Amino acid sequence: MKFTIMINEGPYQHQSSDSALQFARAVLAQGHEIFRVFFYHDGVNNGTRLSVPPADDRLLQKEWSELSKKHDLDLVLCIAAAQRRGIMDASEAERQGLDANNIIEGFRISGLGQLIEGGIQSDRTIVFGD
Amino acid sequence: MAMLHIVNKSPFERVSFRSCLNHAKAGDSILMIEDAAVAAMDNTSFSDELKAAMADKSVYVLGGDYAARGLSEDRMIDGIKSVDYAGFVDLTVENETTQSWL
Repeated sequence: MKFTIMINEGPYQHQSSDSALQFARAVLAQGHEIFRVFFYHDGVNNGTRLSVPPADDRLLQKEWSELSKKHDLDLVLCIAAAQRRGIMDASEAERQGLDANNIIEGFRISGLGQLIEGGIQSDRTIVFGD
Repeated sequence: MAMLHIVNKSPFERVSFRSCLNHAKAGDSILMIEDAAVAAMDNTSFSDELKAAMADKSVYVLGGDYAARGLSEDRMIDGIKSVDYAGFVDLTVENETTQSWL
């Protein structure tokens, strides 16, 4: 079965990013397919490579990135949500005249249409958030 | 068409769980995750409402989230099924639609 997962919260305010990651791992472990993971609102904070939590804290951004690499996942950050929060890839940073980018490997920035397409193409769309 | 209702808020803090119970139909399933896991406890101001819903709906709790809140299995309402993340995935497969009560 094909899944799209939507995440509306970042790693440090609510449990939802952790729940979503564990759900995604369980989906893959059971042989299902993840068509797309769409990060919206504060959820885009899962896509920065510049977070440096204390050594005994989990680093969800890296865990998503590694899961993406292992299973070739399509991790999409909403462009409007990302720009508000300063999450940039190289081309967006250049387009906005900024001096840096911070997106972590395995993520890409795109529009809300990607969420709608995910809902259409997948058998199930599961939402995590506050 | 059966629906899986995913609730993640404590009923002692927000009204979303009660909204869920008011909307869920016979044959639906309700899964309590995150802070909603505390609603699986028996002898609370909410437990009678949840037990009434269990007459025609299946109620599940994510076991890890229940345990993470320091709650023991022997305080859980009889008939609530504890699932892990694999069980969570199974519930989303078994039900044609899902609703997250955020």
